[in-house]
Amino acid sequence: NNCWHDFITASQNNPNSGWEAKAVEFFKDHLKEKDAHTWVPSLNDVPLHYLKPNSLVKFRCLIQDMFDPEFYMGVYEAVDPSTKAKVLRCGKYKDVTECGVRSLPNTVTAERQTFYCVPIPGENPWVKEISSSCLGFVQARVVPSTSYAPTRQKRSYEEDDDMDDMDTQMQREPHTAGVQAGPQSPTEQHGNGDCKRRETEAPSSQTAPASHLDLNFPLPGEKGPSCLVKVYEDWDGFKLNDTLEVFGILSVSPALSALADKKDASSSLLDPTECMETAEEQRVHSPPASLVPRLHVLYAKPLPHNNPLLPSATLEDNSAFLSSTLSEMASVRAELLTFLTPILLGDALAAEYLILHLISNVYSRRDVLPLGKFTLNLSGCPTVASYTERFYQIIQQLVPSSYYLGMSLQNMNQMRFVPKKDYSANRLVSGALQLARNTSLFLDETQLEQGQLDTAGVRNVTALGNLITWQKVDYDFNYHQMEFPCNINVLIASEGRSLLPSDCQIHLQSQITPPHMEEYLSSIHVHPQASQLNKFRMYLSVARLLNYSISDEVTKSVEDDFVDMRKDDPQSISAEDLHRMLVVARLLSLSLGQTSLSRDSWLRAKHIELLRRSRMEQHTCVNGNEP
Amino acid sequence: MSSPTSTPGGRKRGRNTNPSTPSSEGPTSPPSQRRRGQDSSTGDLMPMPTSPATDMLSPAAPQDNSLLSSPRPSVLPNEVDMSSPLMYGTPSSRVEGTPRSGVRGTPARQRPDLGSVRKAPQVDLQSDIRYSPFLVQKRFLQRFIDLTSTEDENAGLDLNEPLYMQKLEEISVVGDPVLNVNCLHVQSFDAELYRQLICYPQEVIPTFDMAVNELFFERFPDSILEFQIQVRPYNALKTRNMRNLNPEDIDQLITISGMVIRTSQLIPEMQEAFFQCQVCAFSTRVEVDRGRIAEPSVCRNCNTTHSLAIVHNRSVFSDKQMVKIQESPEDMPAGQTPHTTIVYAHNDLVDKVQPGDRINITGVYRAVPMRANPRQSNVKSVYKTHIDAIHFHKTDEKRLHGLDEDAEQKLFTEDRVQTLKELAAKPDVYERLSSALAPSIYEHEDIKKGILLQLFGGARKDFSQTGRGNFRADVNILLCGDPGTSKSQLLQYVYNLVPRGQYTSGKGSSAVGLTAYVMRDPETRQLVLQTGALVLSDNGICCIDEFDKMSDSTRSVLHEVMEQQTLSIAKAGIICQLNARTSVLAAANPIESQWNPKKTTIENIQLPHTLLSRFDLIFLMLDPQDEAYDRRLAHHLVSLYYQSEEQIEEEFLDMAVLRDYIAYARTYINPRLSEEASQALIEAYVDMRKIGSGRGMVSAYPRQLESLIRLAEAHAKVRFSEKVETIDVEEAKRLHREALKQSATDPRTGFVDISILTTGMSATARKRKEEVAQALKKLIQAKGKTPAMKYQQLLEDLRGQSENAITKELFDEALRALADEDYLTVTGKTVRLLA
Repeated sequence: NNCWHDFITASQNNPNSGWEAKAVEFFKDHLKEKDAHTWVPSLNDVPLHYLKPNSLVKFRCLIQDMFDPEFYMGVYEAVDPSTKAKVLRCGKYKDVTECGVRSLPNTVTAERQTFYCVPIPGENPWVKEISSSCLGFVQARVVPSTSYAPTRQKRSYEEDDDMDDMDTQMQREPHTAGVQAGPQSPTEQHGNGDCKRRETEAPSSQTAPASHLDLNFPLPGEKGPSCLVKVYEDWDGFKLNDTLEVFGILSVSPALSALADKKDASSSLLDPTECMETAEEQRVHSPPASLVPRLHVLYAKPLPHNNPLLPSATLEDNSAFLSSTLSEMASVRAELLTFLTPILLGDALAAEYLILHLISNVYSRRDVLPLGKFTLNLSGCPTVASYTERFYQIIQQLVPSSYYLGMSLQNMNQMRFVPKKDYSANRLVSGALQLARNTSLFLDETQLEQGQLDTAGVRNVTALGNLITWQKVDYDFNYHQMEFPCNINVLIASEGRSLLPSDCQIHLQSQITPPHMEEYLSSIHVHPQASQLNKFRMYLSVARLLNYSISDEVTKSVEDDFVDMRKDDPQSISAEDLHRMLVVARLLSLSLGQTSLSRDSWLRAKHIELLRRSRMEQHTCVNGNEP
Repeated sequence: MSSPTSTPGGRKRGRNTNPSTPSSEGPTSPPSQRRRGQDSSTGDLMPMPTSPATDMLSPAAPQDNSLLSSPRPSVLPNEVDMSSPLMYGTPSSRVEGTPRSGVRGTPARQRPDLGSVRKAPQVDLQSDIRYSPFLVQKRFLQRFIDLTSTEDENAGLDLNEPLYMQKLEEISVVGDPVLNVNCLHVQSFDAELYRQLICYPQEVIPTFDMAVNELFFERFPDSILEFQIQVRPYNALKTRNMRNLNPEDIDQLITISGMVIRTSQLIPEMQEAFFQCQVCAFSTRVEVDRGRIAEPSVCRNCNTTHSLAIVHNRSVFSDKQMVKIQESPEDMPAGQTPHTTIVYAHNDLVDKVQPGDRINITGVYRAVPMRANPRQSNVKSVYKTHIDAIHFHKTDEKRLHGLDEDAEQKLFTEDRVQTLKELAAKPDVYERLSSALAPSIYEHEDIKKGILLQLFGGARKDFSQTGRGNFRADVNILLCGDPGTSKSQLLQYVYNLVPRGQYTSGKGSSAVGLTAYVMRDPETRQLVLQTGALVLSDNGICCIDEFDKMSDSTRSVLHEVMEQQTLSIAKAGIICQLNARTSVLAAANPIESQWNPKKTTIENIQLPHTLLSRFDLIFLMLDPQDEAYDRRLAHHLVSLYYQSEEQIEEEFLDMAVLRDYIAYARTYINPRLSEEASQALIEAYVDMRKIGSGRGMVSAYPRQLESLIRLAEAHAKVRFSEKVETIDVEEAKRLHREALKQSATDPRTGFVDISILTTGMSATARKRKEEVAQALKKLIQAKGKTPAMKYQQLLEDLRGQSENAITKELFDEALRALADEDYLTVTGKTVRLLA
């Protein structure tokens, strides 16, 4: 990390040497190297105040909002305080200029883009745990660095008075919390948080402003740092809700904290440019760096998944890993099936469908039609003993990110699902449906009770319906709406048929008699062995990333089958059914590790579809009021 | 620039009054009216331009000047340094910066939109003395003739006379000292001047001002203006997207489009501070330079230090307002959030725009370093950017009330037009386009063709002279059919394809959501009219899913929209008629969830026939259920599920081409009926009437003829043809017949019967009803004189007697018919004879 710093200082004086491109190239190359990324400390795991300012860090995040591009001084002239000589300085990868700046002809203006990034919403604890545990030794190196004297100089001069008592505190901290910092959940770090606050805000004598700042996480109750990520090139390639792993230079200069408190009436009178931004806007766009650090991007890697168990290289590049996993997939699948069946009350067919659902993925869109989505409606869920919650806990153990949404009347009426643009603060206020790709959204319809949905509730239900049918969310921009495609796996647990649309409904056939339900449920092992769990997790992520094709012969036989089925009874199967069967066949093949559709898989898909449909008919007969 | 001693006039000795000045007396229409009274009458000097002689770099056109510099005894002002304190005095004495006597009497007004005059120029221009923007500007104003002018602003002006001279005349009449100059005009007149205008607006526009004022007071020496005329250029060639702004655009003249999202309150901005010495009462003025006032430390009169105090109410302020604009949704790449930009409006541009307005703004792009904290040496290395607005143009101003072709016009590059024309020349362009439409939906060729024609629309005709008002040019289409036949998907596709489309669902939308409603704006507490889907899709397509689930009151508003194309609103004291020239693409499900082939369309979807007859084409989307179709469908679906990325990419290109093709045809192609085509249409109509008349029923109404015309016109547009020809009529006929065959076939007879759609009942059904009624009457008469009969008994008797099956409905209808004749009454389960 230090070499970066020396490098910058060394090359700053001759900005035309092309060093910039070289430096970025150097870092990119290094970061692409195997394991290289593991020794870069991650903002996700290491508390901010343990990280050295202006060092290289990484951040696994989701682009929550995109701010306006900003112009900055790419090169500027400054006066060296010691020699009084004019020197050219580089402003790239920095927020703050050094020394006095004059606006001079030598100033080069350049452009960069700011993204507001939050940790991936709904990321499950196991992901955090695993990804931080492989960083353990890095922290050991990082932690002591905070008590280095040089870093202190980076802090604002105003804080010098507080230095002494802070230092003592800092030295104490690493012993108590430092080593375990990563795996600790943020709540447990309360002491650290206090310390952090004192560090940066002690001079401004404000009372706990941190809690007032809304970090705009999509899901309620989320924790973790959010970050203003500054991108210097190709920012058009990034899209909202992309998940990224960003490598960049951390900037936490206190000078960045909102100017709001420094501003007084007289200055605003003389400088009208400053009073143009509303207070809210300033709060949002320049929050205290101690809470929302800035990250100047050297290299950003889009993440196809956030499963830390998978190797970082893409599957295509890693054929050894791929072939070994593929061969195991069938057996892992069988294991997973046996694992899931008891959880689904002994219903193997439902377990099978659940696996298909968990590996589904919108792999393409044809004009407006998303292909590959497989929303599952699991009806017939028992309402006793908080079955759905237990069930969700299992899902949570398996998938990298997920969210449980109880569809209670209160939630539906009061929660913000759809992100909305707040023009006074000029930001996109997030909503629960702003989720990263392949997040599992668990809708618990058993929570629904009688009552009235208000306008917001109706809008929320419509948004869920749109999400399921078109895999898109219409963000509310007040004057107009904007459509953002998404890729979210929706699982609906309900008693009867869900009020929401779904691609596939399966009625749970419980092997357990109701009186024993509670007893049974409490006996289910929610925590299997870690090694087994990891196998499942890996399996689900890999299956989702596989490519898939259909050969001409199979196409032919599928066509024949369809024609035959229609011949017997045209009502029995519609184009929609064929759509679903093709998805089921695709997922079934992938779940077995087969990358092309075989005749067997097709027949099997047909078979399980038949079973499911007959079960639905049966159920309809029993319960006549269902369509 | 601080001391504009050398004005253009100073250099150009001996230039004569312009001989070419035309005297046009075009009628005047007021240019953009002034809203705000001018608050500061003591404005400083007209910002003097950087002397063009020393500032303008001009490699081009030095020889031009030989043409220009005809000798002229010009009054040469500016012998005095304008910035010297001697120049400050009463307004009238301070305006000698402009050369003519008329100008003298008119105070100049500061142009905060161009920034401080005293600010040093950003660019150091080495000059070519022989090129003078001032003279070119003058010549431009005097000579520019725009023969192709279509702008409303120029309505009523004589196109053959120099445009801007006429505008000056307008100014002399109206007294509004603002001259809007179209940059495209400048460009076509002199490319170099245009380049300079774009690159150095801060310097060039003031010279433009001078040129205008000189000309104006030359021509109208007696006219009195409140201020000197200011030039407002607009339409800088690149109407840029906000996203394309980059550091190179700083300090240049740009035009961008966007939507206003916020406006601030009025901010008084000090332009000039007035200082008075506390000791000797000597006063001095200091102009604000880049937001700072240099307070004079020494009084020049009595040499006392620190004796000067600012006097606020004698200082000069100008109005300023911050306007925030956001990229319009159309300009944005998918998956990104819109950018915003801050715009400062000055003086009379303040309060010109409201949140929600779509505007094109022309202005100078600025970047200001973030203010350094005085206590800190470290500064944020970021600039704040904004635009100083010079000209606003609302693009949606007239959308509610009239046609705004201007805003519709999308700019097509030459290449694009060429590609489109090549495509249009292909003989199978119609088939190509229809197959490019929603490729993921299988077959339904005719439906796709119908929708394609709907996307193009007919030609607009205005019959308001003859009292009929506008003639509907938009094609309405209804799709009905079994659930799950991808109707919704088709609607979604269309909605995504057209720029001004709206998608609503009949279930979720009320009449209010479709039309317009009045609500109280939370910020201003004023009542505002919020427009609903139908008004929003004016000139576009309104896709309504689940049409059948709509409540009756909602449906009733559609009656007006679908024929008169207007929406009348009378709510909360707001009574108005809005335009809703929208095409309706609706989808309806059959009442019994499955389409019943034994019933007519009306019976199947239970929509009032008055509404149905307003649809030009009604298609049924049914499962055809035949083997060959099934096979093709299966193949289509399977391929859908494993097509490679490249193929998908190709189709996306197609969608963009299709979108441009439609936009181009809608804007530029306006076909008229040819002689043969009219004949063919007449024949077609007569034929349609004849078919029915053989069986004693009417099979076509004028509405059908109108539909045919619209469809034929739309088909001509598909071919990019300015003339509707016989082939267009043929296709229109075919499609119309095809749709009728599907929707208006009488299930009992198998004949196409238009009265199913126009009256809700087929002619045969009506005949049958009468027959049953007669049979019933006979039966009752045969029973002799029984005053009362059991209902059930009678039905059974009738059933026993009749050869055809008599349904209960039919029986009820017969009873009702007889009751109407006052022959009997039905009370409960008893039928009583009257008379």
